[in-house]
Amino acid sequence: MIPWLARRLLWSLLMLALLATIVFVVVRLAPGDPVAAAVGEAPDARDGQLLRERLGLDRPLAVQYLRWVGQCAHGDWGHSWRQHRPVADVVGEAIGPTLLVTVTAYVLQLVMAIGAAVAMATRRGRAPDHLVGGVGLAFQSMPGYWLGLMLILLFGRGLGWLPSGGFGSAGAADLSGGARLVDLLRHLALPVATLALGSFMATARYVRAALDEALGQEFILAARARGVPERRLLWRHALPHALLPVVTLAGLHLPHLFGGAVVVETVFGWPGLGRVAVEAIAARDYPVIMATTLLAGALVTLGSLLADLGYRRVDPRVRLGDPGAT
Amino acid sequence: MTALFAPTRPGRPGRAALWAGAALLAAATLVALLAPWLAPGDPAALGPEGARLLAPSPQHPLGTDQLSRDVLARLLHGSRVSLLAGWLSAFVAVGLGVAVGLGAGSGPRWLDRALMTVTDACLAFPRVFLLLLLVSVARPGLVLTMLVIGLTGWMGVARLVRAETLSLREREFVAAARGLGLSPWRVGLRHILPSLWPTVIVAATLRVGSAILAESFLSFLGLGAQEPVVSWGAMIQAGRPVLLDAWWVATFPGLALALVVVGCNLLGDGLRERLDPRRGAVTRDE
Repeated sequence: MIPWLARRLLWSLLMLALLATIVFVVVRLAPGDPVAAAVGEAPDARDGQLLRERLGLDRPLAVQYLRWVGQCAHGDWGHSWRQHRPVADVVGEAIGPTLLVTVTAYVLQLVMAIGAAVAMATRRGRAPDHLVGGVGLAFQSMPGYWLGLMLILLFGRGLGWLPSGGFGSAGAADLSGGARLVDLLRHLALPVATLALGSFMATARYVRAALDEALGQEFILAARARGVPERRLLWRHALPHALLPVVTLAGLHLPHLFGGAVVVETVFGWPGLGRVAVEAIAARDYPVIMATTLLAGALVTLGSLLADLGYRRVDPRVRLGDPGAT
Repeated sequence: MTALFAPTRPGRPGRAALWAGAALLAAATLVALLAPWLAPGDPAALGPEGARLLAPSPQHPLGTDQLSRDVLARLLHGSRVSLLAGWLSAFVAVGLGVAVGLGAGSGPRWLDRALMTVTDACLAFPRVFLLLLLVSVARPGLVLTMLVIGLTGWMGVARLVRAETLSLREREFVAAARGLGLSPWRVGLRHILPSLWPTVIVAATLRVGSAILAESFLSFLGLGAQEPVVSWGAMIQAGRPVLLDAWWVATFPGLALALVVVGCNLLGDGLRERLDPRRGAVTRDE
């Protein structure tokens, strides 16, 4: 177990280093000029040169890379060129909102997926099966950003129930604790709904297949023979069995969640990592691009590590396999 | 008491899904091919000043946008970009995925290790970041968009094809080919590859849908096809600032996207039911 974990961690670090190097090179080979983007239109040739020297952009690529690695090793992520603040601040502020929206959406889509899978598996081939499947497929096939806009149109404008974007109302800071929480939840509702509606069907199909398989197993037959009621059989015997791999492998869902976060944060003006990354890429804010990329990569790597760990714990057969296989 | 649910094999979406999906895609393809003849007028033609943001009416069935352009005409023309981007990027992704998967599955062990390491590394990265990063590297355009979507979407196919190749390798006809003294490459290309096609076709169909969505998101961010080329993602972006006053500008392109992607997903699922070798026996005896 321990040697496996050590090897796995080392592997993850190597992956991240590789990722950092590739992104560093790709970003700097890009034709757009960060100095022009930072200074504004057509900088004075001499000013531009000075700025380039100060940022170290006149040095060879390898030197720039080593300097960046050295800084990171000291815990210094550099300064955002666009916002003129430490990168650690820019990124640090964005992590909370992103985790809030993605984790809430993950839990919600899991609940919806369970409901959908049970509805489909217990009424196989009948109207509810087709109905749930069809609705899920429709949501799955919509562009996420468009679904977000439609929800804004319906709930923000048409019904006027919910705010159409942002992290909180303008005067939210002055509100009392409870009112502030309600305000935050109201702003959270549409982004979370957008993410969950778009992704629950993929999980539901998986749960449904696992449920079908579980219901065919002998322990279900044995329980039914003992006279366990069908309802209890489903919720207490088959469902936990079917859900185990889904929950254990939740970590593998992370890249998908991040992708969704980028979409949703763009549409709803949610101040999270996705929006920071999109803006940094547009402005060629190298230090912020590097930090968001590496952070996303690190979280994804962590997710797959947790999934591996969870799976080994749950399924002893994995432990007997090739320990080097990742 | 009868069982509330019968412990049989998973239900089949059935033939209806397959045909519905095929019909949707065929209709979309037809529209894309015939767009210049079907569309009421030029998608780029600016209407008179007073025809801005007109609500749907008999004259403009889907209304007009900020520049008085007919939304229906633009919608029909936009189908070309979506379908082209969808098919071509799926082609790139599946081609690359098959090459990597087949190489890993039928080549020597060190090659398998190396290729799968690269695949895992690419999978460990949120795809949207990769898309944005690569697109921002060069001047945005349709060709770049299609290439980038293809180059970031091959990993799943590669894993699938590798797994399928590894299982085919154990089959007798492959053992026979190897026993004849054929080189591993010849066995891979001439004996394993032809047996892979059901897997590949299903993967490709499902990939077209996700490629269409990816293209539309890049266009939505202004990083895809540029004016005067019409794309559904860019139309939705254009409708965003006027969403609350003129809902029709952003709504219809999204509906069109959803319909086409539903078609791809239905067709892919239906084909999987028919072609998947692991379910083939089940399907055949019914």
